Amino acid sequence: MNRRGQGGRINRGQPLRFTFDGRSYQGYDGDTLASALLANGVRLMGRSFKYHRPRGVITAGSEEPNALVELRRGARREPNTRATQVELFDGLEARSQNRFPSLAFDALGVNDRLSSVLGAGFYYKTFMWPAAFWETVYEPLIRRAAGLGRLAEAPDPDCYDKGTLFCDLLVIGAGPAGLAAALTAGRAGARVILADEDFEMGGRLLAERLSLGDARAEEWRAATLEELRGLTNVRLKTRTTVVGAYDNGVYGALERVTDHLAAPHPDLPRQIFWKIRSKRALVCTGATERPIAFGNNDRPGVMLAGALRAYANRWAVAADRTVAVFTNNDDGHRTAMDLMGQGADVGAVVDVREDAPRLGDYPLFAGAQVVDTAGRLGLKSITLRRADGSTEVVPCGALGVAGGWNPALALTCHQGGRPVWRPEIATFVPGETLPERQLVAGAAAGVFSTHGAVSTGVAATVAALDGLGIRTTPPDLPRAEDAPVNIRPFWHTGEGRGRSWLDLQNDVTVKDVALAHQEGFRSVEHLKRYTTLGMATDQGKLANLGALAVMAELTGKSIPETGTTTFRPPYTPVPIAALAGRSRGREFRPTRLTPGHDWAEAQGAVFVEAGPWLRAQYFPREGETHWRQSVDREALAVRSSVGICDVSTLGKVDVQGRGAAEYLDLLYANGMERLPVGKCRYGLMLREDGIVLDDGTVARLAEAHFVVTTTTANAACVYRHMEFVRQCLRPDLDVQLMPVTDAWAQVAVAGPNARKLLQRIVDPVFDISNDAFPFMACAAIRVCGGTPARLFRISFSGELAYEIAVPACYGNSLMQVLMDVGTDYEVTPYGTEALGVLRIEKGHATASELNGQTSATHLGMARMVSANKDCIGGVLSRRPALSEKGGFRLIGLEAIGTAELAAGSHLFEDGAEKTPAHDEGWTTSACYSPHLGKSIALGFFERGDVRWGEVVEVANPIEGASVRARVVSPHFIDPKGERLRG
Amino acid sequence: MLIPHPLLGLRDAAEFTYLGDAALIERPDWQGEGADEAFHDYVYLRDNPAGAHRELWFHEHGDRSWLVVTRDTRTHEILKVELASDVAFRREAGA
Repeated sequence: MNRRGQGGRINRGQPLRFTFDGRSYQGYDGDTLASALLANGVRLMGRSFKYHRPRGVITAGSEEPNALVELRRGARREPNTRATQVELFDGLEARSQNRFPSLAFDALGVNDRLSSVLGAGFYYKTFMWPAAFWETVYEPLIRRAAGLGRLAEAPDPDCYDKGTLFCDLLVIGAGPAGLAAALTAGRAGARVILADEDFEMGGRLLAERLSLGDARAEEWRAATLEELRGLTNVRLKTRTTVVGAYDNGVYGALERVTDHLAAPHPDLPRQIFWKIRSKRALVCTGATERPIAFGNNDRPGVMLAGALRAYANRWAVAADRTVAVFTNNDDGHRTAMDLMGQGADVGAVVDVREDAPRLGDYPLFAGAQVVDTAGRLGLKSITLRRADGSTEVVPCGALGVAGGWNPALALTCHQGGRPVWRPEIATFVPGETLPERQLVAGAAAGVFSTHGAVSTGVAATVAALDGLGIRTTPPDLPRAEDAPVNIRPFWHTGEGRGRSWLDLQNDVTVKDVALAHQEGFRSVEHLKRYTTLGMATDQGKLANLGALAVMAELTGKSIPETGTTTFRPPYTPVPIAALAGRSRGREFRPTRLTPGHDWAEAQGAVFVEAGPWLRAQYFPREGETHWRQSVDREALAVRSSVGICDVSTLGKVDVQGRGAAEYLDLLYANGMERLPVGKCRYGLMLREDGIVLDDGTVARLAEAHFVVTTTTANAACVYRHMEFVRQCLRPDLDVQLMPVTDAWAQVAVAGPNARKLLQRIVDPVFDISNDAFPFMACAAIRVCGGTPARLFRISFSGELAYEIAVPACYGNSLMQVLMDVGTDYEVTPYGTEALGVLRIEKGHATASELNGQTSATHLGMARMVSANKDCIGGVLSRRPALSEKGGFRLIGLEAIGTAELAAGSHLFEDGAEKTPAHDEGWTTSACYSPHLGKSIALGFFERGDVRWGEVVEVANPIEGASVRARVVSPHFIDPKGERLRG
Repeated sequence: MLIPHPLLGLRDAAEFTYLGDAALIERPDWQGEGADEAFHDYVYLRDNPAGAHRELWFHEHGDRSWLVVTRDTRTHEILKVELASDVAFRREAGA
């Protein structure tokens, strides 16, 4: 055991059992998986991505590149979680990743022996030939070998949520700067959110042995938090990582609500993705320590010095009994002192500076470097080289590497800001172009002392709140250490025996960067793509600056000249499930039900999704075993007697005002201004580029009152277009629009007995005889003894037909009443399938034909586009390409024999080669016509209007299928329109 | 992004549907000289400035008004918002 008997922020009264790779261990409440494993002497935690090198934990935070583990099992199995952030709970199950058969012996470790050929860019060079091998051999092979964790193969069983929070000041990070800021703002009465990714607030204070004022830092931390908890205007959010900075002071944050529990609480979401709207935001995200590259610097046991210190102070864990430190700055010496204070044996402090300070009684090697390490599955010793060139081997089980600290400034760059180089502290700090209304304080701003953190946190808060007109009284600042930064930039030890690792997650070495340089990939963005440096889950938080420095050295440029890659959200990975929240499965979007839905359901209808709607597809009857039987029956019933169909999903827009007629005349390609009151007209709507946008009917109920319909699918976008035309093109007209799709239930009543059926429910005062209410008539009427209704004599099926609309609340009753009064006509409810059959038989176009590529000419409706008036799309519809003779025309196709035609087939002259050069058109809609007793289709065919009677091949060249069909008029039934006028 | 609606105050951009360049308000005269060319340019040609851009947004989940929003395409800063109908009116009055 590497755990001290006392100290640390763990609750020894609450031991927790957990397993790692099947072995059982014990940790305590307050542990992370990483601290508990280290306490149990487990240093080996994973295998590297490419070479399968043994790797251990290197950090104590979210920047961890190595210790990625798989948690839980079954549907809750979760790959690539950082052991440094995983809170221990009783029964936690964790497994290492990317190894076979076991972590200690990994067969793919052979990749490591092949490293000389697997260097940077080897994919691009190796898998080039033969070209055919890529899909069949290389890609499957690479896919099997690549990747770290395994996804759960079952759907995620947990609930996730999204939410929005508002505040005056968002403080990101609860270290000394963030705590001081939140306290200042909280006391001033501002609405504050303090968010921290850790499960305890305090940031670096938790990991250090410091004093603040007369007390230990811990007491100041505890007192501050207690005061903050008592303030109702302050919201404390632990386990909440702010992952992105967006426009207008908006921040994205992921809260891990129940990840620290064995299973999510039944009443709580597992995670919440917060959208935080802040008036001001203060970035107090602290800093991330960076490593130094040297030979074999990736062995388990080689860690960041600050992390080693954190494990010792916060979790009372010594990574090993004997430790060493490799540093280029004073901070490394603090690690040595803290570890000695915790009883560890510090075997060497290796400082690259000849004038290294000495803080205590430890073996100090000034002007020396660590050049190699030994130990197959864990560090056993280091080799150091003194200034005089002599070397010495120092045994140790842990090495703390202190290369200096980088401000965690990602959030300051998410809006395109670029960091600037500060040579005196040898790192990048946030630049001047911060996201709107954002401020930075503490280590994130390059102010590394505790005093500096607290004072800049307070000062930034005062400035931020001043901008909001909130007056503050800065709290008395406690005295705290204010050590200057003494650092000599040092990035790697140069040529050595072993490889020097820069990016531990992607297995990129100093040599790989040199290779990239040699091959011309010198810009940082090229370097990243060529070597994969800085990619994957950690996004190079430890690696980027080191690699940049190596590249700068090779090009002879300075680091700031070499530049940085772009920082993009998220700061740490965000599960897609959290981004989706509750919008998944059935809840992905609303399901809209028609006003007649309940009735249809009671009839046993089969439903189909039509956009957001559920529509009755067909109504199977007893004895019908195939959908075609139901559909054929329904379609024939309409042609022989009468059928009813719920068409409420059609978009409906009320158009009113003295300018309504003139407005509609501009909106539709065909004329509407002289449409008489009490009449409907088919309306064709174009886009301004001359392509057909939509079609529907326009009914004039009164001089200044129209109601127009749109297709179901286009209801929203046509309404938007209508408002555009009204507001942006004709604001002078007196016209108002109101979408009323949901207000009216609308039912098609079609078939030779349609009128007789309707006469039984229409109040007798309304005469709907053929003379009084002819084809294309419309009227506001009353039915069933006073219920308001609108009746339109329009036909989609080609039969004598009406559409009747009643207020939506009567949708179910209308269907039922029509059924009840028409038993002697055997009224047949029909669904969207039969509706489709009937309209194909009649040759009516729908979304399949109005697919955004077809003009009025293609549809055979060129004459409808009036040349005598202005209309949207009129001018460009007359362009030669859209209106020329020749070109595609809508046609009908009748299968020859019993062949079945399919929509999406292509049309070829009989016997022609099935190549694009001979392709003369395609089918858009197809069905079996029970009326004609054969398969029919609609389609577009070159010069189709003058080729009726030709026999063509309707082919699917991909599947090698081809059947023969005859080109006919698209109006298979009653082309003269006698039925619908009857 | 927040859009200061002239009638409703600050509204979330998610309530709006974006259309594009507000030049779409300036629809050519269908009987004018060179109407073909004018409509071609109107439909197909757009400026793509790095900086202030006047564009049309539809308050679809709100009061259904079209707005002309002047937005800096580099920073998303909103410089001006007007009702599109006001802009269209002015154009007619000036024409």
